[in-house]
Amino acid sequence: MPASQTLPPDTHADPDLGEVEAILALHSGREGPLLPILHALQEAFGHVPSASHAPICAALNITRAELHGVISFYHDFRTAPAGRHVVKICRSEACQAVGAEALSERVLDMLGLGWGETTPDGRVTVEPVYCLGLCACGPAAMVDGALRGRVRAEALVAEVAP
Amino acid sequence: MKIYVPRDAAAKALGAEDVVRALEAEAGARGVSVEIVRTGTRGMIWLEPLVEVEQGGVRHGYGPFASTDAAALFDGTLEGLGPVEEIPFFARQHRLTFARVGRIDPLSLADYEAHGGFVGLRRALGMDPAAIVAEVRESGLRGRGGAGFPTGIKWETVRTAPGPRKYIVCNADEGDSGTFADRMLMEGDPFTLIEGMAIAGLGTGAEQGYVYLRSEYPDAIEVMERAVEIARDAGVLGDVLGSGRRFDMEIRVGAGAYVCGEETSLLNSLEGKRGVVRAKPPLPALEGFLGRPTVVNNVISLATVPVIFEKGAAHYAAFGQGRSRGTMPFQIAGNVKHGGLFETAFGMPLGELVEDVCGGTASGRPVKAVQVGGPLGAYFGTAKFDTTLGYEEFDGAGGLIGHAGVVVFDDTADMLGLARFAMEFCAIESCGKCTPCRIGAVRGVETLDRIRAGDGAATELLVDLCDTMKDGSLCALGGFTPYPVMSALRQFPEEFACAREAAE
Repeated sequence: MPASQTLPPDTHADPDLGEVEAILALHSGREGPLLPILHALQEAFGHVPSASHAPICAALNITRAELHGVISFYHDFRTAPAGRHVVKICRSEACQAVGAEALSERVLDMLGLGWGETTPDGRVTVEPVYCLGLCACGPAAMVDGALRGRVRAEALVAEVAP
Repeated sequence: MKIYVPRDAAAKALGAEDVVRALEAEAGARGVSVEIVRTGTRGMIWLEPLVEVEQGGVRHGYGPFASTDAAALFDGTLEGLGPVEEIPFFARQHRLTFARVGRIDPLSLADYEAHGGFVGLRRALGMDPAAIVAEVRESGLRGRGGAGFPTGIKWETVRTAPGPRKYIVCNADEGDSGTFADRMLMEGDPFTLIEGMAIAGLGTGAEQGYVYLRSEYPDAIEVMERAVEIARDAGVLGDVLGSGRRFDMEIRVGAGAYVCGEETSLLNSLEGKRGVVRAKPPLPALEGFLGRPTVVNNVISLATVPVIFEKGAAHYAAFGQGRSRGTMPFQIAGNVKHGGLFETAFGMPLGELVEDVCGGTASGRPVKAVQVGGPLGAYFGTAKFDTTLGYEEFDGAGGLIGHAGVVVFDDTADMLGLARFAMEFCAIESCGKCTPCRIGAVRGVETLDRIRAGDGAATELLVDLCDTMKDGSLCALGGFTPYPVMSALRQFPEEFACAREAAE
C-alpha cells in the first residue's frame, strides 16, 4: 500500500482487526475523532499498525495521504513498537540549567544509544521530551510513563536494567 | 491523625508514593490510625515531598520528607518546618487562582464546596450572558497563556457571534519549559477549571467544552478525566446545577507537538488534522473549532474566572499595576534554590522574585540570566532585574511575560549554546507552514555553529535572519524564537565574540 513507501515497513504481527473495528466504533462519532482513535490504537498495540490505516480511512472518509500526514506530524505516534521500556529525558531549558545535557549524554552513552534508538535486544528506547512540567525539580525524565525528578544517570539506567 | 501528602506529579517524581507506603507501614506497625489525604502541591517544590500533619487545626509541614523519616514523625522527634502557611515563600503570596491548590483533596466535591467552590457559578447562573461577559471585562483579566489578550473582549466576540453551536476550548497544551502552573492547577484543583469553563459557556452561549491537554502530563489527564466524570455525576455538568442551562465537556489528549499550544494549530489538532497554524483572520472567536465560534482560553485564565465571580470583578482588579490587573502565578524553575509557584499581584521587580523570594541559584553561584516566558521568551541578565512583572513592562524591556515561567541560570550558562538550542527547538517543532520558521530555524542553527567556529561575519547574518523570522512567521513559534536568540546576543556579546577571538 502507498503508505508503506514512506513509512518504515510494518513487519510486526498483524493486529486483531476486530479490535481495530471496536476502537473505530467507539470513537468515530465524536467531534474530531482521529487523535483519540490513534491514541487508542497505540494504547492497544504499542504503535499505530499499518493494517489499521485502511479501516481508519474508510471510517472517517479521509485519504491515506491525510492519515499519513497526521501520524507523521505528531511526535507521540509510532509506526513500529518501541522497546519494552521507554525512557524519555527532558531536553528543555529549565532542565538544561541543572545539567540535563550531561545527564542525557551519560544515559545514552551507558546504553550505547542515540536519541530515538532502541537497544539491539529490544529492551529500552530512549527519546527526548520537551518539558514534563517538572521544571523546579529537574533534570526530569519519564520511565514507562512514571515521572522522575532530580534524576541521576546511574539510577535511571538501573531502572531499566535487564 | 490526619496527614496530607501531595499527589502532584512533582511530588510523585520526588518519591511521594514511597512516602505514603512508608507512612502506612509505620502507622500499621504502631497500631496508630491515620487518615492520609492526597492533595495538590503547595507549590514549594524544593520541599517536596512535603508532608503535612494537622496539629490543633493547623497544618505543620515536614519536608523534603524521606521514607526513612516516617518513624521519627510518629515519635514526634522529626524536625519540622512549622505551620506550612507561615513559611515565608507561601505567606508572601496573594493566592486567588491557586487558593485551594495544596489545601484540598482535588477530587472531593465536598472539599471544593467547603472552600468556596461553585459560589461563582451559582452567581453566574443568576446573570444574563451580557452581564457575565461584562463582569469578566471589568476584572481586567487578560489571557494568561502568553498573549495577554483581554479575556472579556474575546468572550464578547463569541457571545455576539451568530451560530447555533459554539465551543469553549481550554488550551492545556502548556509546553513552555519552566512553566507548570497549568499542570499544578489541573492536578490540584480540577473543579476550578470545570467551573470556569461552565461560566464561560453560560456567558457565550457555548454548550460544549474541550480541554486539549498535553500528553506529557499523565497525572493531569487522569485527574481531569476523573473530575469531569464526578462533576457530570453530581449534576454540575450537563444540566448545570439543575438550572436548565446546559454545558458539558471532555478531555482531549495532545500528541507531543509543541506548536499545538498555538490556538489555531490546537484547533486543527482537535479536529484531527495536522497541527498546522491557520492564518488569522478569521479569528477563532468567529470561526474556530469546526468553523464555529470558539473561545480558546488558557487553563489559568479559565481557572481564574470562578474567583472573579465569587469575590467580584472589583476585588480582582484591585490587585496589579497599570493594565496588568489581578494576580499571576509565577513559576520559578531551573537552577534555583527555592523553586516553585509563587502567585502574586503584578508589579514585583524581577530581581526581587529571583534573588529575594527564591534565594538565587541552587548551585550557590551567581545568577547570570533568567529566561522569562518559555523557550520563546527573552533572556534577562541581572542588569535588567529592575523590570517589574507586568505585560507592558516586559514588552518595553524587549521580552514577554508569556506564561510567567522564569528559568534561572547560573554563571556557567553557555549563552551561545542556549541561543542555538532555541533555533534547534524551533526547527524540531515548526509546523512547516511559514518558510522563515521552517527553514530559517535550520539556518539559524548552522549560523550559530559558524559563530561558534569563529566566523565573525555570521553575526550580521544571524541578526538579519532573526528579523526575517520575526516579520515573516504567522505564529509565535517562528515569530518569537528571535527573542531568546537576540537577547542572548545583545546582552552577552562577548560570548558570541570570544568564540571568534579564540579561533583567531
